[in-house]
Amino acid sequence: MEFDSVFWGFLLRFAHVASGIMWIGLLWYFNFVQVPAVASMPDELKPAIGKHIAPRALFWFRWAALSTVIFGLWLAWVEGYLADAMALGFTNNGALEATIGFGMWLGLIMAFNVWMVIWPNQKKVLGMVEATDDQKKASARMALMASRANTAMSIPMLFAMLGVRHLAGMGAFG
Amino acid sequence: MNPLDSLSGTVITGLVLTVLMVLAISAIAGGGGA
Repeated sequence: MEFDSVFWGFLLRFAHVASGIMWIGLLWYFNFVQVPAVASMPDELKPAIGKHIAPRALFWFRWAALSTVIFGLWLAWVEGYLADAMALGFTNNGALEATIGFGMWLGLIMAFNVWMVIWPNQKKVLGMVEATDDQKKASARMALMASRANTAMSIPMLFAMLGVRHLAGMGAFG
Repeated sequence: MNPLDSLSGTVITGLVLTVLMVLAISAIAGGGGA
């Protein structure tokens, strides 16, 4: 077996998808499980989530987001479609590049949300940085909206990531 | 009304975004869809 770009491409894709499972799995955990559970649980139980579960989940969540993006961009570069994909296929009218490009931009916006909106606001909510009660309330709202926006975007993002191997490859997009 | 206020609104928003994205990809790639 030769250690060529096909081999390295596979390793990068494996690392990209594994990181993505960790990231989006936790995103969906927050939105489909933790937020509804906290809303309905007795007040005396809530500190268990805030002190023991959410900080660990957020640790893996934000680093998996970064690692997904790094391995994904690296993979696109190794396979030679990074520029055309970032240009959403306008440079070559390519269905493959347009499809993966939409997925990449959605993923980049989502990763930006994780690091620049969700994490800084969650640090205030969880008491890792000083904040008044009003600031905590505003931060919780901001983090929730960014997390919900990411959940909404994760659907077309996943569609694009999978569609590039199936639909675009079959010529479904023209 | 903000659709992101509810989980179901969030999922529906995601599905609508998916349809819009598919239309955009078809337009860029020069075809008319599947």
